[in-house]
Amino acid sequence: MSVAPPGAVAAATSVAPSVADLERSWLEPRALRSLLLTVATWVAALLAAVPLVSVLYRLILSGAPRLGYAVFVELPPAGFEQGGGFGNAVVGTIVMVGLAALVAIPVGVLAAVFLAEFGPASSLSRAARFAAKTLTGFPSVLAGAFAYATLVFVTGTYSALAGGVALAVLMLPTVILTAEEAIKGVPRITRDAAYGMGCTRTQVVWKVMLPTALPGILTGVMLGIARAAGETAPLLFTALSSSYWLFEGWRPHLMQPTASLAVLIYNFSGMPFENQLELAWTASLVLVLMVLVINVLSRLVGRRP
Amino acid sequence: MRLIAHLERARAMKVMAQRSAPSPTISAPPSRWDYALDRGFRLIARVGTWLVVILLAAIVWEIGRRAAGAMGRYGLHFLVSTTWDVGRQQFGVLPHIWGTLYSSLLALAIGGVFGIAMAIFLTQDFLPPRLAHAFRVVVELLAAIPSVVYGLWGLFVVVPLMRPLADAAYQRFGWIPFFGTTLSGPGLAPAALVLAIMILPTVAAVSQDALRLVPYRVKEAAYGMGTTKWEAILKVLLPAASTGIFGALVLAFGRALGETMALAMLIGNSNHITLSLFAPANTLAALLALNFPEAGPKEVEVLMYASLVLLAITLLVNFLGEAIMRRSARRLAAR
Repeated sequence: MSVAPPGAVAAATSVAPSVADLERSWLEPRALRSLLLTVATWVAALLAAVPLVSVLYRLILSGAPRLGYAVFVELPPAGFEQGGGFGNAVVGTIVMVGLAALVAIPVGVLAAVFLAEFGPASSLSRAARFAAKTLTGFPSVLAGAFAYATLVFVTGTYSALAGGVALAVLMLPTVILTAEEAIKGVPRITRDAAYGMGCTRTQVVWKVMLPTALPGILTGVMLGIARAAGETAPLLFTALSSSYWLFEGWRPHLMQPTASLAVLIYNFSGMPFENQLELAWTASLVLVLMVLVINVLSRLVGRRP
Repeated sequence: MRLIAHLERARAMKVMAQRSAPSPTISAPPSRWDYALDRGFRLIARVGTWLVVILLAAIVWEIGRRAAGAMGRYGLHFLVSTTWDVGRQQFGVLPHIWGTLYSSLLALAIGGVFGIAMAIFLTQDFLPPRLAHAFRVVVELLAAIPSVVYGLWGLFVVVPLMRPLADAAYQRFGWIPFFGTTLSGPGLAPAALVLAIMILPTVAAVSQDALRLVPYRVKEAAYGMGTTKWEAILKVLLPAASTGIFGALVLAFGRALGETMALAMLIGNSNHITLSLFAPANTLAALLALNFPEAGPKEVEVLMYASLVLLAITLLVNFLGEAIMRRSARRLAAR
């Protein structure tokens, strides 16, 4: 019996070695090692969550006091000025991300439709999939270098347009790859039923595949937008920054330097003025809130009912 | 008479029924217009796909074209020279290549350990499913925070925290080259630590996928042999998923190489090659981000050359990672 006290078992094994000790003991080296490793894993996992908590805590601590209506409607302060805000940067970020989405979403979804439905095994698809995967791991600063080489060089000025193009390059792979997965996830039966009814391939795509895959596609789009909104490096030398409003009345100045939240945070973080640092924290808080809200929304949209 | 009236009424009803019946086109074959639309849309989709391929080619071509001048002027000497002096028109990126690789490797060592531990933690039933899901979301949100915010956090939280530790290490162990200097502000160690936090989600996510690909019966077989939980993990599951986990590390390394803002803010931008963890250094990506905005036409060419170097390094690492991932997926699928 394995429930005998350890001493008795030891005595028994010394007499009859065929009876094994089947009782689990915490002090046995193997069990102890397992326990230690479990504890170590718990510690590692909790430690890994510390940065997120710390970042959020510090953001709220340093950023929340200035958060209010004023920072959204005022222009960035100069040198020793007090007060001010980053209204133009919020507008700039939204406009540039919007421009990027305007380019990346149609192209990305079209490419995804082709990859998933029209020619999944064609050599064009293989090339496009390869390109999209490569762009996923692409350093964001190089997207900036590309926009610099094409747009800033040619037009001779830093502009919202160049910033938008750089962001579009970064948004595109996320949109393509998630949309392709979403379209592939449409059940074969649904798709075959539509073909069986005599639909053309375009009708199948528009009336069956895209509506069914919409939640998944939206998830990809929103993740792409969230990523683009936080990008700094490619904007640093394509859109540069600006202390003025992007819009004059209703007319946007797309061809002149444009402020963005991310670049403003970077610029203000290096300044020796208390006011600017406070604004950098508040801008970070706003940016992180924007990104997290989009992220959480994308999760809710993507969840299958 | 009655019969005729009846027939007439029946005919009238039939006509009415025909009029109010749903239009018969619902079951009609696609019209010529539908076919034209179909052909048009397929063409557009094909063009969209071509655009993606062309984009990658255009990126390489455009950067290469702008870099051509500098490549001709500095040649391969650019890769081994250590001076960056705009005034004297001397340029070399060896310190930046060194800083990029060194900081990324450090980050990979830290982020890799924690990322793999996290992946094991989340896939091997340490937590009830709902809590595991919450943890997974936390790790994914870690990836959502913008790089520039990490930079700000690093400057005002990590550097002050690390300074006394670093100075103590310097005083005690200053003879070891890794602790050869004090941390006077930004430096390699805080940059690498923040970089580790940024690549942790990549390692964790891809390793989780690799661990989940191991069939459940493999684990059951290990338990059946009487292993403890950790013997099963260390001796059976990790070896089975090792290729995938290795791929995760390579992909994360690729991310670390290209990460820009946090490093530009934290690493200190000094073009010296040093082993010391607390000395300021520089990376290729940070060099680009910081020098592009104020560069003259000659320097832009040089920066484009540096972009090309960064592009080559990251593409190489990413291809390697993808190839490893594909091999591991195929191997496990074949089982």
